[in-house]
Amino acid sequence: MLHIYCPHCAETREEEEFRPKGEAHIARPVEPEATSDEDWGNYLFFRKNPRGLHHELWYHAAGCRKFFNVTRDTVSYQIHETYKVGQKPSVTADKGAAK
Amino acid sequence: MSQQNRLGTGGRIDRSRPLRFSFNGQTLEGFAGDTLASALLANGVDVVGRSFKYSRPRGIVAAGAEEPNAIVQLGATEAGQVPNVRATQQALYGGLVAASTNGWPNVDRDLLGVIGSVGGRMMPPGFYYKTFMAPASLWPKYEKYIRKAAGLGRTPKEKDPDIYDHINRHCDVLVIGAGPAGLAAALAAGRSGARVIVCDEQDEMGGSLLDARELVDGRPASAWVASVLAELATLPEVLVLPRTTANGYHDHNFVTLHERRTEHLADLAPSINGRRQVRARMHRVRAGEVILATGTHERPLVFANNDVPGSMVAGAVSTYIRRYAVVPGRRLVLSTANDHAYRAALDWADAGREVVAIVDAREHPEGDLVNEARARNIRIIPGSAVIEANGKKRVTGAQVARIDIGGFKVAGRVETLSCDTIASSGGYSPVVHLAAHTGARPEWRDDILGFVPGKVPGMTPVGGVHGKSAIAEALADGAAAGVAAAQRTGFKVEAPALPKVAKVREGKAAALYQVPHVKPAMRAPKQFVDPQNDVTAAGIELATREGFESIEHVKRYTGMGFGTDQGKLGNINGMAIAARCLKQTIPQTGTTVFRPNYTPITFGAIAGRHCREFFDPRRFTALHAWHVEHGAKFEEVGQWMRPWYFPRGNETMHEAVQRECRAVREGVGILDASTLGKIEIQGKDAREFLNRIYTNAWTKLDVGKCRYGLMCKDDGMVMDDGVTACIGDNHFHMTTTTGGAAAVLDWMELWHQTEWPELEVYFNSVTDHWAAMAINGPNARKLLAELTDDIDLARDNFKFMDMREGTVAGVPARVYRISFTGELSYEINVQANHALHVWKALFEKGEKYGLTPYGTETMHVLRAEKGFIIVGQETDGSMTPEDLGMQWCVGYKKPFSWIGRRALTRPDTKREDRKQLVGLKPLDPQLVLDEGAQIVLEKEIRIPMPMVGHVTSSYYSPNLGHSFALAVVKGGSQRIGQTVYLPMADGRVHAAEVVSPVFLDAEGARQNV
Repeated sequence: MLHIYCPHCAETREEEEFRPKGEAHIARPVEPEATSDEDWGNYLFFRKNPRGLHHELWYHAAGCRKFFNVTRDTVSYQIHETYKVGQKPSVTADKGAAK
Repeated sequence: MSQQNRLGTGGRIDRSRPLRFSFNGQTLEGFAGDTLASALLANGVDVVGRSFKYSRPRGIVAAGAEEPNAIVQLGATEAGQVPNVRATQQALYGGLVAASTNGWPNVDRDLLGVIGSVGGRMMPPGFYYKTFMAPASLWPKYEKYIRKAAGLGRTPKEKDPDIYDHINRHCDVLVIGAGPAGLAAALAAGRSGARVIVCDEQDEMGGSLLDARELVDGRPASAWVASVLAELATLPEVLVLPRTTANGYHDHNFVTLHERRTEHLADLAPSINGRRQVRARMHRVRAGEVILATGTHERPLVFANNDVPGSMVAGAVSTYIRRYAVVPGRRLVLSTANDHAYRAALDWADAGREVVAIVDAREHPEGDLVNEARARNIRIIPGSAVIEANGKKRVTGAQVARIDIGGFKVAGRVETLSCDTIASSGGYSPVVHLAAHTGARPEWRDDILGFVPGKVPGMTPVGGVHGKSAIAEALADGAAAGVAAAQRTGFKVEAPALPKVAKVREGKAAALYQVPHVKPAMRAPKQFVDPQNDVTAAGIELATREGFESIEHVKRYTGMGFGTDQGKLGNINGMAIAARCLKQTIPQTGTTVFRPNYTPITFGAIAGRHCREFFDPRRFTALHAWHVEHGAKFEEVGQWMRPWYFPRGNETMHEAVQRECRAVREGVGILDASTLGKIEIQGKDAREFLNRIYTNAWTKLDVGKCRYGLMCKDDGMVMDDGVTACIGDNHFHMTTTTGGAAAVLDWMELWHQTEWPELEVYFNSVTDHWAAMAINGPNARKLLAELTDDIDLARDNFKFMDMREGTVAGVPARVYRISFTGELSYEINVQANHALHVWKALFEKGEKYGLTPYGTETMHVLRAEKGFIIVGQETDGSMTPEDLGMQWCVGYKKPFSWIGRRALTRPDTKREDRKQLVGLKPLDPQLVLDEGAQIVLEKEIRIPMPMVGHVTSSYYSPNLGHSFALAVVKGGSQRIGQTVYLPMADGRVHAAEVVSPVFLDAEGARQNV
């Protein structure tokens, strides 16, 4: 069971309080009607499934009801950072883990 | 039979407390402090079970969690039955009743033994796949007998009366294992003031110190254990948990500890002052630091007939002698590849019994224990091993020969030594299981011939589990780790002074796993690797020859490690054999994965109190008591208990629903609609938010007006629906489906927080705050008029889809003129604690109108007559608004591209042959079609044939006078008037006409009166 730091509550809480919501940073196209069928399909249905670092959207459902992002290693389950919606991750697959 | 193998002195048992117990129907006696296994050995019980596949007699092999054979069914009562208990881990108590798990009809005369010995060669690995799978039709027959023969234990037939608890805990340092390393770590960390939990699976803490030959500070090691436990008891932040197995090591240092509080006392938890004690606790521990002090399991050597009772691992022999004062035989042969196992021979000799010989695989054994054995004139046979055991139900002799380990062959003539016990030791495998639970791959170390735990963040291995088994070394290792762990969690402490323990010099161990035989493995008598699953060296060899190269495949093909012991005893030997056959090293072959639980655990402990009424929370409306009082039958909707129907007298469900349906259409009925999800939406951008989240337009909805809304996901598929009312220009009251309330709130938060944070809008669930009562029927207005004097109910002043605030029955209310039945209808919303008052007032005034309470079933029939959908019944996540014929509810002209809009113009959502909502009118007007029935277009049934849809709702309507159904059918809107067919499982084929889904009052006249 993961131990997750909620950046809104500023506390580390048990996974039971949270719900995973899939890949983070999936922006809805600004002009959906001008988006091709293929691009819209990609937006709707296609997600990364990396082995290693992954940026995920989580929801503090039984807590503050806020969404936030988690950079998690899908192999070791290590959580490298959590950050608010609208912020950019500081740990990425290109830059490598901070520690 | 008296305890013929019990020594007169010594051991940690209490001879003043004899305990009677029963094993396989025989009454025996042991002492307090015994395990069931030590008591059986004390009584000379050789055969404790029959093997899984070959049904060979089996005896006790080990003294701990790794025991593969002594697996018993425990329980004096039916309710107290516990399957698959390791006798080596079960404390003896007076009145204990145990029986062998394996063995049918019994362990001493076993029918399957005949198959096992005659057909042994006919049961290679993959036997079940190869033999019993064809013909498939016979498999159920085989399986029944295989299961019976395999003896997997049985569950109790009665309810478990015991209580199990879960406890959440947080600690700075969790120490798993209370041997020398674990106790030293706990002491060091505990003295720092850190919150420490130390657990050990055994009844008594101390681990290897409880049977150590070494003196600690000049006293028996157990005295040091007692002093440490005494100090730990004085430290307020330290929790000491004996009889507690760390059964699972999960992510981020979350460890579950299974504490057995009464299983050493009786088969069912005893009562104290009339209160039944908690049988087990599951401590759910989040630890800052974990210190893994789980020690090692000794590996037996794999020689021919190594499963004959009387064959044990060497360390277990020492444990039984020193800790339980039980010598499990008279004449011992020890076969070893290391020094440490010499203890077994020395302990045996100390007990005054004969050591026939020590057979050492090494050419020149050297070390303190070897020298001690020499000094006592024990015969040592170097460069040799026991290659085969003689005997059937008990060892009668050991065949010993010189061996060439490198060449894997017997290198000299075979000598037979007469003995009744063979102790063997191939080395010590660190107990890496818990670390492996986290996904950390164990790492091989050549210097200790074993796998050590892989790296786990926040975990420190100490002592034997990473090769530091010698007591002095383990103590120092544990103490240092305890200090370091305390420091990392913010506590400072000096390392404790460690007791003096003489160092025992040991020679280098030899890498011996499978012992060569004069015959090749395939022809030699069986050499067992995993006794619990009857996996042999030949079986592993065969698997590699048949092309299974991955150890995970070998495991699955042979069944190695699949038993309840997860192959604790045999896995490393199996990997070594696979490695030899594949001509590679053990680390190249790799390990299989261990998973929770470390040892089997009762379901009760896992469930804790989360069972029966606590399994899932139940939600009740404010009117629940009234419903119960009036005989309602209930239906679970999500977590809600909703009245399903209200039978009168001896009415059947059908009769009650028919009566309720007529009452609503002819008089007036009332539904408790409180469970509908209700969400307050406020803020200056609330209206814009609704425009984006709903398919239809909200810009022009005036205050005091209601509108039905459809909600789609961005793939264009309907996810929820409901009526939303405008309370004020910046204030809306949304209703959702009963089951969808939480998901809709999350959904709106998601869009607001991630995509449109610039919108000023706030959401709050008010489902429980408002009670809702829907009065439906031609008399609804007359009834409501009797209870309100400040709401103008006149037809043209309070129109359909209007909302009014006022008082009803003297309490503040919001009344919505909305309808889910198609009748004149008012939904009265009041604060939940006023609900019962208003409800009762309605019934007082309603008697003369025949006010009838109705439940969800009648609601379903009435709405279906009108063709109103229920999301989740007519929809399944693949229906667009247009599929449902609800184009009228889609605002294509709205400026913002609302959620779902773009997807509605994708090629797939524009297809004309999508499944569309239609009505079905069965040709037999009495026939109620099965919900879920598949629809085809032709009367003549052939398989396969295209299936074009299915029935989503189906009822008999007293108002229509015939049965009817809603269905989704490919291109359904173009098929009105056609006949479709519904083939049933029993061969009948029903026919129905495709009609409009609106069966009653298509123009809506009834609700606009």
